[in-house]
Amino acid sequence: MEKMSKRKAVYASKVKRAVHMLFYRRHKKPGVKGWELRKALGADYPKVLSILDEYLKPLDLQVKMVFEEEKPRSEKPTLEELDKARFYITLRGDLTPKEAKMVGWRIDDLAGLAITIAYIISKKGKAPRKEVEELLREKLPGWKTSLNIDRYIRYGYISQDENEQLYLDWRTRAEVDQKALIDLLLSK
Amino acid sequence: MQSKRERVKIGRERLQRVIEMCQTVEERSLDPFLVNVDEIIRVIREFFPEWENPEDLCLDAEAINRLASVIKLQSEWVKHRSTSLYTDPFLLEEKVKRLEKETIVEAFLGAWQPIIELEQITFQSLKEALQYWESLSPLKDRWKAFPTPEEAGGTATREELIKLKVLRDKAFTEELENFWNELKRLAAEKGENGRVSYWDFVGAETYEETVHRAFLTSFLVTYGYATLEINPLEEKIFIRPFKKQQRRISKEQLVSIPIAITREEWERWRK
Repeated sequence: MEKMSKRKAVYASKVKRAVHMLFYRRHKKPGVKGWELRKALGADYPKVLSILDEYLKPLDLQVKMVFEEEKPRSEKPTLEELDKARFYITLRGDLTPKEAKMVGWRIDDLAGLAITIAYIISKKGKAPRKEVEELLREKLPGWKTSLNIDRYIRYGYISQDENEQLYLDWRTRAEVDQKALIDLLLSK
Repeated sequence: MQSKRERVKIGRERLQRVIEMCQTVEERSLDPFLVNVDEIIRVIREFFPEWENPEDLCLDAEAINRLASVIKLQSEWVKHRSTSLYTDPFLLEEKVKRLEKETIVEAFLGAWQPIIELEQITFQSLKEALQYWESLSPLKDRWKAFPTPEEAGGTATREELIKLKVLRDKAFTEELENFWNELKRLAAEKGENGRVSYWDFVGAETYEETVHRAFLTSFLVTYGYATLEINPLEEKIFIRPFKKQQRRISKEQLVSIPIAITREEWERWRK
């Protein structure tokens, strides 16, 4: 019985530590790499994260794992693959348009972001900036399109190479369910 | 019937075009199926027997390499089309044009789970910051570590400034004209066809003086007091003075001729 409560206490302390690491931004980018969590919480950090995920469920939050480089070969990633992944706390459900405004997004900018991401996805993850700007100009004033794209780049939703080609970046991979976005757009 | 040389020239141009086309497709994310792979392979095969130089063989390899990249893009395109993520960009474009902003946002919100992140000061970080502040010495104490040099100021004489090369003892134009006269004299006395060897003119007793003379010579040429004549086969450079300063009236493009005045070159000239 005593052994059981000691174990519980250990996990409770590890969950607290994981909350500190995941909620507070430690680096330039938010989120924590798997190897950092392993170093701080021990080799059983995936279990700590699943306990934390359970705690977050009623709050409509979740622990999200994003593979930045290679996708895992099987459904259950190995510890090595987990080490390379980045972990974030994200919303579990959806925001309403009113709530989106509250987190600092204007409806125009959010619609522009949706179109930009969807278009890049439809072009196999790479699209010329000029084409995206033309598409945005359909709904947004011309002067705003370039500013908006720069903003999406700054936030980490998209990136741009020296040939002015746009790609999806780390924040889109962490925050956007790409398949759901395309399906939702096409079903409207 | 084309000569071998002509065929090589045509072949090079064709391969260059193939490389450029493949590069454009890769860099501008154009449809990789715009490239007719069979036709390109036929061209590469047709000209392959003509290649003898390593440069041409490299060009051939580069064309094959670029073509392989395009084939890889084609394969990725097919793979992408077979996935559930595939959407025809035109279809999407049409859809987006028809949808209202509000509807687009509604769709996006269904697929968007923003990251939760906090940037907030904590009691612990405040405590650490206070400790740091307490241990930090005042600026006036820290700046003491860099004492200002106590060298006494004074006035420099004109001779000292000339020695330091801050001032020149003659005006530059005057110095340049004297130099031009020296060149004209040398060309008349020791020159051949009104010109002298560049190194015989700029070369001096010391390396520093040689560099200074080369510097002045460059102005003689630029300002139209003299011209350079280069014999590329014998690798000899001559300088020919003009009787009058030449004004640049023709629209011909001027060229710069870099001449290295290295210590080795100067020593070789001295010997």
